[in-house]
Amino acid sequence: MITLLAPIIVPVLGALGYVVAGWRRSTAWVSAGSAVLVLATAIATALDVARSGPRTAIAGLLRVDALSAFMLIVIGAVALLATIATPAFLRAEITAGRATARTATRHSVLVQLFLAAMALAVLAANLGVVWVAIEATTIVTAFLVGQRRTRAAVEAAWKYVVICSAGIALALLGTIVLNYAASRAPGGAVGLDLAALAANASMLDSGVTRIAVVLLILGFGTKAGLAPLHAWLPDAHSQAPAPVSALMSGVLLSVAFYAILRVKVIADGALGTGFARTALAVMAIASLLVAASLLLAQRDYKRMLAYSSIEHLGLVALGAAIGGPLALAAVLLHILGHGLAKGVLFLGAGRILQVTGTSRIGDDQGGVRGLAARHPVLAGCVGVGVLALIGLPPFSLFASELGIARAGFAAGMGWVTAAALILVLVIAAVLVGHTSRMLLGTPPDGPGAATTTRHLPWPTAIALVGGLLACATLGVTAGPLSSLLHLAADTLVGAR
Amino acid sequence: MNETLFVQLLDLACGGLLLTAVLVLWRRELVVIIHVFAVQGAALAALVGVLAVHEDSIELGAVAAGVLVLRAGVLPYLLRRALASAGEARRETRPLVNVAASLLTAAVLTLLAYAVSRPLVELAPSGLMSPATQAIPIGLTVVLIGFFVLVTRRRALSQLVGFLLMDNGITAVGFLTTSGVGLIVELGVSLDVLLAVLVLQILTARMRETFGDTDLDELRELRD
Repeated sequence: MITLLAPIIVPVLGALGYVVAGWRRSTAWVSAGSAVLVLATAIATALDVARSGPRTAIAGLLRVDALSAFMLIVIGAVALLATIATPAFLRAEITAGRATARTATRHSVLVQLFLAAMALAVLAANLGVVWVAIEATTIVTAFLVGQRRTRAAVEAAWKYVVICSAGIALALLGTIVLNYAASRAPGGAVGLDLAALAANASMLDSGVTRIAVVLLILGFGTKAGLAPLHAWLPDAHSQAPAPVSALMSGVLLSVAFYAILRVKVIADGALGTGFARTALAVMAIASLLVAASLLLAQRDYKRMLAYSSIEHLGLVALGAAIGGPLALAAVLLHILGHGLAKGVLFLGAGRILQVTGTSRIGDDQGGVRGLAARHPVLAGCVGVGVLALIGLPPFSLFASELGIARAGFAAGMGWVTAAALILVLVIAAVLVGHTSRMLLGTPPDGPGAATTTRHLPWPTAIALVGGLLACATLGVTAGPLSSLLHLAADTLVGAR
Repeated sequence: MNETLFVQLLDLACGGLLLTAVLVLWRRELVVIIHVFAVQGAALAALVGVLAVHEDSIELGAVAAGVLVLRAGVLPYLLRRALASAGEARRETRPLVNVAASLLTAAVLTLLAYAVSRPLVELAPSGLMSPATQAIPIGLTVVLIGFFVLVTRRRALSQLVGFLLMDNGITAVGFLTTSGVGLIVELGVSLDVLLAVLVLQILTARMRETFGDTDLDELRELRD
């Protein structure tokens, strides 16, 4: 009970703490402490679930099974990376005059509420509450995206709120339609309880459920950054402050995708595996195409990372479309690996932006060039991070992409998987090309717009190196996580 | 309440919903659009109220009162405040689709809503809730019209109204299909919508600070 509530309550208390005390030297580390507690309770919950099965709390409103516990671990891990790097980031912003202590306070309050909303989304037992929590993440992150108050930041925030709210309204309509199907199910009303819906899915009316599933996948897909409603993502992720980009790209997308995974279980039970598979495979290939085509001529490295997130969520959607325990375990591992690698990269990109003052990839007219010569540690971390992101061994994205591809060919989705792999290779080549132009070569003359100290602050260095090490370790051996992964995948196939 | 009166009142409320949605498409003065939106909120509350009386449900009656306060009171108030600070820009001058074409589109969207929602209507059992489920396509039409307003209007405030139309339509579908999705979810949804509108209102103010106006043509900084 306590461990179930803690991931929601701890960040809320953290937010209250910042409201009362404000952001200052003594409270700067509270958010990291809260992330540590979330991660610790997530691990405790996972152990507990692995030992004694799913648990519920507060009159069945919260429910944790292996999948929820795994998602909590992802939230805790990426939150830890982001919050460790936050104090140094905010201090540099304040020094550069782009933020004040008040901005920093508001930033910290909103980030804590953001964590609480994500934890609620993965713990809620009721599809309606999942929806409320995911919409709440849009609301709390809106001002984080627009934090810098420049034209671009305000524009990004507006697009973000309008597109995501409209998109997720479709998911609300889908939830209502599904509720209708459930209330008409023979054998009594099922309600919106996820476990009950999954167990009684075969009794739902197929015509109505089909409408509901399309709406739910489109709606939550918007928030997960899947095409066709992905247009907000590059803007929001490139304009948000670095730790927030890390959280949004690393976990928020996967939390929204978690809702799709839950919906897919219900869809598979009611309509057979073919329906959701087709929908997800189409969205996956569309997302990969969008990412590949817009990455080719990309000039901005934060947007480059954002498009790479669309690519990886496309891969995750492909894995979910394939289905089956093997593919789903790979999907979950991919979610964690992508969260860590992308978190590191966005934190690194934020640091690059602070030391160079430009978010352009280097070319003849300027931008970031020759980073390795001036900032070796930072450049090294970003370089290695990109290698992790494109799925080179030993990083865990290699193992998970391999798993998704193998499952795809085994499940008779060979053509789709092959097309996806070609797109992934193209994207990998493009990413390496862009990154090498940033890191290698001769640095531009003059001091540039350097506004901060040259040395990488040690907490940031710890976050960058730690995240990469975790990602590499996961690739070598998933260790105790692998049993949790398989348990979670089993809850998704319905073989409990 | 006898059955004929119930059906008539229900149809009246649904007609109000549809008519106000079309009026939003038709009129261009933002003040009028906000008025129409408030009327639609009242129609939605009336719809819930009729269902409450029909089912003798006090809880649903309370929800109807809540809907009235939120959608005919608070949200229009917030919109009016956003408009009051806007100064000059009080008209939707150049929508992407002109009025005549918009109205034609609304007719097409209505047909589409009826076609799409056939499985929903067919699932209704004959009896208690049947007249309500017959009206589901109306709710869906309002959602589609709202979406259309959202994507074809250029003023930030008109887009906001489009989003709220969608939300009104979704709420209507919710009450027409079953008597709601549970109190906690209902409260959460209302809170989320209220907060989303507050956030958007603050963002319109900021846009005006940085762009000088809230014509979304100005939003050209970010693209590939």
